Amino acid sequence: MAIKIVVNGQDLEVSVSPMKRLLDVLRQDCYLTGTKEGCGEGECGACSVLVDGEVINSCLVPVCQVEGSEIVTVEGLAENGKLVPVQEAFIKYGAAQCGICIPGMLMAAQALLDSKELSKQTPTRYEIREAIAGNLCRCTGYMKIVDAIEAAALSTLEKK
Amino acid sequence: MTVGQSVNRKEGRDKVTGAAKYVDDYHFQDIWYGKTVRSTVAHAQITGIEFLAGFDWSTVVLADYRDITSRNIVALIYDDQPLLAESLVRHVYEPILLIAAPTKELAELAAKHVHITYKKLPAVLTIEDSLSAEQKIFGDDNVFKSYTVTRGNVEDAFQSAEVVVEETYHVGHQEQLYIETNGIIATAKSDGTILIQGSMQCPYYVHRAIKELFGLPDEKVVVVQNVTGGGFGGKEEFPSVVAGHAALLAKKCGHPVKIVYERGEDFVASTKRHPAVIRHRTGLTRDGRLIAAEIDLTFDGGAYCTLSPVVLSRGVIHALGPYKCPNIRVTGKVVATNTPPNGAFRGFGVPQACFASEMHMENISRKLDISPVELRRKNMLHQGDYTLTGQQLTYSVGTQQVLDAVLERSDYLARRSHKQPELSNKRYGIGLSFYYHGGGFTGSGEEKIKGQAAVELTAEGTVRILTASTEIGQGTRTIFSQIVAQELGLRPEDVEFEENDTSKVPDSGPTVASRTCMVVGRVVQMAAASLKEEMAKRIASLAQCQASEIQFEGRHLLWQKDGEIISVSFAEAAERCMSRTGFLKTTAQYSSPPGIKWDDVTYSGDAYPVYAYAADVVEVEVDMDTFEVKILKVTTATDVGKAINPTLAEGQIEGGTVQALGYGLFEEVAWKDGKILNNRLTNYIIPTSLDIPDMETVLIENPYPYGPYGAKGIGELPMDGGAPALVAAIADAVGAVVTEIPATPERIMEAMEKLAVEA
Repeated sequence: MAIKIVVNGQDLEVSVSPMKRLLDVLRQDCYLTGTKEGCGEGECGACSVLVDGEVINSCLVPVCQVEGSEIVTVEGLAENGKLVPVQEAFIKYGAAQCGICIPGMLMAAQALLDSKELSKQTPTRYEIREAIAGNLCRCTGYMKIVDAIEAAALSTLEKK
Repeated sequence: MTVGQSVNRKEGRDKVTGAAKYVDDYHFQDIWYGKTVRSTVAHAQITGIEFLAGFDWSTVVLADYRDITSRNIVALIYDDQPLLAESLVRHVYEPILLIAAPTKELAELAAKHVHITYKKLPAVLTIEDSLSAEQKIFGDDNVFKSYTVTRGNVEDAFQSAEVVVEETYHVGHQEQLYIETNGIIATAKSDGTILIQGSMQCPYYVHRAIKELFGLPDEKVVVVQNVTGGGFGGKEEFPSVVAGHAALLAKKCGHPVKIVYERGEDFVASTKRHPAVIRHRTGLTRDGRLIAAEIDLTFDGGAYCTLSPVVLSRGVIHALGPYKCPNIRVTGKVVATNTPPNGAFRGFGVPQACFASEMHMENISRKLDISPVELRRKNMLHQGDYTLTGQQLTYSVGTQQVLDAVLERSDYLARRSHKQPELSNKRYGIGLSFYYHGGGFTGSGEEKIKGQAAVELTAEGTVRILTASTEIGQGTRTIFSQIVAQELGLRPEDVEFEENDTSKVPDSGPTVASRTCMVVGRVVQMAAASLKEEMAKRIASLAQCQASEIQFEGRHLLWQKDGEIISVSFAEAAERCMSRTGFLKTTAQYSSPPGIKWDDVTYSGDAYPVYAYAADVVEVEVDMDTFEVKILKVTTATDVGKAINPTLAEGQIEGGTVQALGYGLFEEVAWKDGKILNNRLTNYIIPTSLDIPDMETVLIENPYPYGPYGAKGIGELPMDGGAPALVAAIADAVGAVVTEIPATPERIMEAMEKLAVEA
């Protein structure tokens, strides 16, 4: 079955089973392997992507459910090789260690930064922790990740 | 100076753009997928394997132990573990049969059509059952290995003790839970070479395991590490199993074979931290001085030996903690059970030992009514003191500094004398732990391994490091590039890495034991120093000056001639150095610091070249209705020797501490008849960002003269102290000491009931 989706700004049509997981469609049919699988049941968040601006676990979503939607993966964050502030901050603050949770973590962070409430003030550290609570990291203890998102929020707000 | 700076992670950009390729991100046109059929019983004779009708068996390829051409073993210490079970299974989930198919779905469907029949044997499932040796499953006594360490006269000292404190502590399994599950791709080439790539800590362990399976020479096995999504010890020895399975299938089906475990399979199939029962009996003076100690540790090894003797050894040596006790006997054994084999996990026997010893300090402090701080101060090791193996600590002993720093930064003394809010059902508690961890291999280990590393000039006039030390998130590539850049007057970005491929890089020893920075980093530094010396020699002969006059600074080589400073760029100097030979490469090998002596027979002497020290303070709030624990704040102080990269060092400490808090508070494997009941992230709970508060991390630098720029190993240390500090904080809040982790609400309630009964 042909299903139309928009991935990282590109209109795509994939011929797959409608029940194929969005995660597998992205990795196998769109060749976007940045999105990772950590548990396959929506607990770890390694497969987080944005669907019409909302963070979702792509391992839990059949592709037919997102037909016509705009999907953003980690590969779609940077534009022409220029990293977005949250990516820059993850590097600067040492937020990535082994890196396997980072694609999902970045999508959760970006969704927070994109949220409307953030247009006037930066989120608190607790709000940042809440925003990434569905993304497990076993390396960092989350400190550097929270630091990085806080810094990215500040620089994003300054640009607005 | 680049050493000491928090330069950005070498592979940071790849990791934030999704460009980093982990094993599951590789796809080959003709790739097949491997599936493992496992035992469903804990101990049994295999009586038959049926291939059920309703599946077209011509579409898949099967392999069992008979396909192994040399030795059916997972090569490690005892060689007792078969790669595939033959007639007997010794634990649930033991691999029996392998299936390869063109798709994952087909391989899984085939596995559902395999029916294995068993004749069950009595199973030994607990440490107690194993110790009784009613069922013998290993040797005459079910003991894989035992150790005894003795100093002084323990019996006499107990006679003169004014107080004796005795308690038994229990710790359970812990899963490493790297977010990337195990995965390997194996290819059998037409010339007989087996190529392995995948997620791993120790390419040379896999290399040896594959050679043993198929009786191949060194050059016929090539192992390449892919970007690895976390290890924590879980990818030390275990990848040899996955690689063996994939290689066997690849040889048989003629396609590259990928095996990437799903989470549920990874959880049950892979090794875990050893459960342990640890008994302390301590004799003291009334004012709290340790004068006699007996410590007995029993670890559950599981069905096969794996690395258990070495894990136990480290637990035994660290059993007392960083304290003085002139009369001590430590006995340890690791026993066999019909449960999945336990293995390496960050801390390697010490988190178990440290939980027991630090909770025992908490119990002593309560019994003697001496503050936890005073008790530590009275007994802590200082420079010049002897450890329980009789090792005199002669340098880099940061015990007092870490304790002072953590107390000050956490404001421990003021916060300890808190008042409980009267009308609240919440109680505040603050707990302390104080601990150490030996860097590098135990005893003569490093001398046996003789880890190597090399550096070479590249055609582009930069430098390349060749090492088998893997980057698994801890920052190997970043700190090694800083060390080499520092030696050669370059920037870290001028330093690149050879692919971590056993056909290209020398054996640096495994990426374990907190040895990467301290031991291999030192070897890398030595190799860079040799390269510098050789370059200086070659340039000096061209420039007609003395090699010793040439300085390496700011990406240039500088020297004086006739009162003028002559400067050549490093790249140009590199080109000149290679003009005749075409290359320049220097290799270095580890040798122990002078004066290190260790006796494997008496288990005495210098167990480690140096120890890293730390202290933690954890603050909690306990709900007195539900006994739920909320962690309010965590402060750590760590004597790292030298932080090559402070951000990365903090990252190790914060991440390790959170794993330790998970160990202390939530992480528990539930068992029934040798089966795991909670092999999923929905029911095996690891800390999320909301379970963990902000942390204060204090780095203290007490240089180790034989580490690179003074650095000591700190990879494992932060895993040791979090659990006891947390449980001490709970004890401060509720008044009862929990002696078994994780400290679940049920266990807190039991400890309080026990206390009430005793009162």
